[in-house]
Amino acid sequence: MVLSCQDVRKTFGANVVLDGLTLDVGEHEVVALIGASGSGKSTLLRCVNLLAEIDDGTIRLDGEDITDPRINPDAVRQKIGLVFQSYNLFPHMTVLDNITLAPVRVHKRPVAEAREQAHEWLKRVGLADKAGAYPDRLSGGQQQRVAIVRALVNNPRLLLLDEVTSALDPELVGEVLTMIRDLKGDGMTMVLATHEMGFARQVADRVAFLDKGKVLEEGPPAQVLGEPVEPRTRQFLARIIEAGRL
Amino acid sequence: MTVQLHQPSEIQRGRIAYRRKQAIRSVLLAALSTAVIGAVLVVLVTGAPGWDRVKQSFFDPDVAREYLPAILEGLWLNIRLFVVCAVCALALGLVIAILRTLRGPVFFPVRALATAYTYSFRGLPLIIVIYLFAFGIPGLRLQGTPSVTVLGGAALVITYGAYLAEVIRSGIESVHPSQVAAARSLGLSYRQAMRHVVLPQAVRRSAPPLLNDTVAMQKDVGLISLAGPIDAIRAAQIGVASDANFTPYVVAGVLFVLLALPLIGVTDFVTLRAARRQNAGT
Repeated sequence: MVLSCQDVRKTFGANVVLDGLTLDVGEHEVVALIGASGSGKSTLLRCVNLLAEIDDGTIRLDGEDITDPRINPDAVRQKIGLVFQSYNLFPHMTVLDNITLAPVRVHKRPVAEAREQAHEWLKRVGLADKAGAYPDRLSGGQQQRVAIVRALVNNPRLLLLDEVTSALDPELVGEVLTMIRDLKGDGMTMVLATHEMGFARQVADRVAFLDKGKVLEEGPPAQVLGEPVEPRTRQFLARIIEAGRL
Repeated sequence: MTVQLHQPSEIQRGRIAYRRKQAIRSVLLAALSTAVIGAVLVVLVTGAPGWDRVKQSFFDPDVAREYLPAILEGLWLNIRLFVVCAVCALALGLVIAILRTLRGPVFFPVRALATAYTYSFRGLPLIIVIYLFAFGIPGLRLQGTPSVTVLGGAALVITYGAYLAEVIRSGIESVHPSQVAAARSLGLSYRQAMRHVVLPQAVRRSAPPLLNDTVAMQKDVGLISLAGPIDAIRAAQIGVASDANFTPYVVAGVLFVLLALPLIGVTDFVTLRAARRQNAGT
């Protein structure tokens, strides 16, 4: 298992966001987290990346307990990429500097080598001409693709995608989804929180429906999205269909 | 490819003509109101019963000419002192601001001291700090006590450092937490995130208020005259005392304003640019 979450609990004051959540992600597997707003999708991703501290349970990365307080969180985060809904590019740096910051400063790689790798990635995702541009000159879809590249150049074991298309105009969603589909082809292990059910169906090996801080139902996309067993899952999907997103 | 010159339609030509007429009207109105208010002010001041006396004792051209060289020489001290103090105060402010954001139990005393410093020196009047430094420290009769000018400068640096530290700290806090989250998610340590992501944005954002405080500091440099060094204000004071005429003060005042103009211009420019960038979107 690349990632293994066991009975994870996370509360904010009296609000229990994750309530004994258990989820495993294998090598090269793509798992889509679906569920209503507030069901704990984003919180789970933040906990896995140690940006939020869990209140109980265990999270393991390649078998190592990363929720042990004695572990160095920086070392863990270097192995996990996280892409945010609102891109969170650094506005005072060019696209190239955004991408090479971690390789140069964290992984101490030579600047020339890091830049070359960044240029290769930019070319691959069709942004070769944007290397010197600042983020505010880019469209949302372009910014999000840069943010994904920024996470990928660290060669992470696991990539977490937190509703990466939710802030995008509908016509820009496609370019980001295409990129994620390509990553799956590369064998990247990914956990993605998403509202794009059609995309989850296409790209995910497994879909997990989160409800009230637990994985209520999980399985192949066709099963969870097509013939859900749990009434709560059916209810959720019915609302999504009503909103025209399936 | 040739660019087709667009011929405005009848209705658009009408609009352009109307707007031009309105613009001319505005300029004429502004000129008229300025002239009226200016005239009223001149009549009010020069028509005042004591105007002749005031003119003699504040605006005497002969006195002004007599003391101008001495005041200019003093001003040179102000300028040098200002440049050195501004640089030192900015550096001090940056260090204090960073100390105040340090986390972890080890840094508690450092944090507490930095906080106590910004609280006390923002409240303490500059004049008192100058007196304490310039007269208190030499009173200790320690070996190698620096000159009064240096002590006065130190008082300025320490007082302004406290203000600048708070400006920079508010800049640090205005950087959205998602920026730190993004940096940390890439594996950067807290220090690296601070150094490469937060501070560059914080300093850029706090540039207008920092410059504004620097403008304020420029004129407060004159307060070290209280400690004794012959700066522009001190030189003017000597003139006032020997001729029983206030004109040297006016001369020094005008020189201070002229000195501040370039820095004020830069501040306005930077503020405008920052505002424009903010409006352009994130």
